[in-house]
Amino acid sequence: MHAHENPAAIELRGVAQRFGGYTAVEGVELRVAPGEFVAVVGPTGCGKSTLLNMIAGLRPPSTGEVHVFGERLEGLNRRAGYLFQTDALLPWKTALHNAALGLGFAGVEAAEAERRARAWLAKVGLAGFEDRYPHQLSGGMRKRVALAQVLVMDPKILLMDEPFSALDVQTRQLMENELLRLWEEDHKSVLFVTHDLEEAIALADRVVVMSAGPASRVIGDFPIGLARPRDVTEIRLTEAFLEVHREIWGLLRKEVMRAHGQG
Amino acid sequence: MGKARVRAYQLALLVLIVLGWEFSVRLGWVDAFFFSKPSDIAVRIYAWFASGEVYRHLWITLAETVLAFLSGTLAGVAFGLWLALSPTASAVLDPFLKALNSVPRVILAPIFTLWFGLGMASKVALGFTLVFFIAFFNTYQGIREVSPVVLANARMLGANRGQLLRHVYLPSAASWILSSLRTSVGFAVIGAVVGEYLGASAGLGYVISQAEGVFDTTSVFAGIVVLAVFVVLLDVGVSLVERKLLVWRPEPGQEGGTV
Ligand SMILES: Nc1ncnc2c1ncn2[C@@H]1O[C@H](COP(=O)(O)OP(=O)(O)O)[C@@H](O)[C@H]1O
Ligand SMILES: [Mg+2]
Repeated sequence: MHAHENPAAIELRGVAQRFGGYTAVEGVELRVAPGEFVAVVGPTGCGKSTLLNMIAGLRPPSTGEVHVFGERLEGLNRRAGYLFQTDALLPWKTALHNAALGLGFAGVEAAEAERRARAWLAKVGLAGFEDRYPHQLSGGMRKRVALAQVLVMDPKILLMDEPFSALDVQTRQLMENELLRLWEEDHKSVLFVTHDLEEAIALADRVVVMSAGPASRVIGDFPIGLARPRDVTEIRLTEAFLEVHREIWGLLRKEVMRAHGQG
Repeated sequence: MGKARVRAYQLALLVLIVLGWEFSVRLGWVDAFFFSKPSDIAVRIYAWFASGEVYRHLWITLAETVLAFLSGTLAGVAFGLWLALSPTASAVLDPFLKALNSVPRVILAPIFTLWFGLGMASKVALGFTLVFFIAFFNTYQGIREVSPVVLANARMLGANRGQLLRHVYLPSAASWILSSLRTSVGFAVIGAVVGEYLGASAGLGYVISQAEGVFDTTSVFAGIVVLAVFVVLLDVGVSLVERKLLVWRPEPGQEGGTV
């Protein structure tokens, strides 16, 4: 083991996950460098959430290893923040108390936790909504609270599971731009899962393509050379974007067709 | 507007029933010996409160109800928490709990009187057996229905077991537990009154059973009316607590909010 010199933030080695007799993913190899923004695309049901859950430590792989900054992962991944696909806020806590939750768990004094949570809510554009309960917020606002809830903990790794897929197009592009703006501040290592190829290209340094399940694995790995900082709405119109989109779509298309049983 | 109207209809219905009853008796359509009549009942209730003799009985029944309610709820919630969070214990105990819960409690009343005497303890015990299972089943269900995503989120945010219990499991179960409290209060009253009815020297159930013993229908109905008002007041109190503790819950149809 001499990988300690420059260990990857996340490294999957021959990872498989089985649910009973069903093999969701198998033989997955993946590296995310420190500070890198990697997007994973693949047809629905191919095992993207499964992958994130293994990296989060919520469900250990059936075979293979997950390494985080050079150490083999045991139990929960304490360096990762996880933005879930579905609503994961505590419905019985206000936006402020949701955002302050992790700090409270870590033993930060309540007043200080709330001060930091308040600052993060303001940063994601929710100043003035601190006392609302999740059900009193729109879908986009709930995602912002969830983002604040995760980022206030300042994780080294950010796991995001189709975080914006439930939002309307305008809100979504707004959130994508804000995510990029926040990411530019401290370059966390991000693993961003989506089934939307355009979103993946607009956001990431690298796009990883997974095959249709069962036994899904990584079948493509494309560096995205588009200049930063980016505006996700404008970048979609550039020639460079379209070119890379065409290239990846050629591969992804077959998998999507296969997932729908037409290939 | 809609609410005031419903209230008006309710009041009208009540007046209609009371007047219908009163005049059926006065006009000789039904026998006052079997049915008494509202004016006599009102006078009797007034006399009870004027002389103050009813307070002792009310107090006893209230004390039994509150004790059964509190002890049953606490024990039920604690037990429900434990079983919901330890799958082995829950699998082992499941048939026993189902069997115990299927025993009609009235049957237990004489045994409890034998064990705990004619005083309050036997009534509290009876109410406890009713309230315990309601609190237990609701807590258990509430914990089992915790959203796995919310749970995973709290764990990723660093919650330990105690923090999960306090911030996730208990609040999630709280809506189940709280909405069961009103049912529980009703059953605590049933436990107390049935216990008193079957053997006691004080309490509303005792008053009613004594009156029945001498065919004093006026006192029977007076006792029932006092009991009904008593239950309604307890119910209102519990709903106030419930509403206060569940402010985070969306009103029906309010889900979503504004963009
Ligand atoms: N807890 C589970 N039990 C059984 N099968 C599961 C479970 N979680 C996921 N799967 C299966 O694994 C496959 C991948 O699921 P998932 O990771 O959620 O896909 P994606 O996120 O890419 O849409 C699906 O076929 C799904 O049915
Ligand atoms: Mg998914």
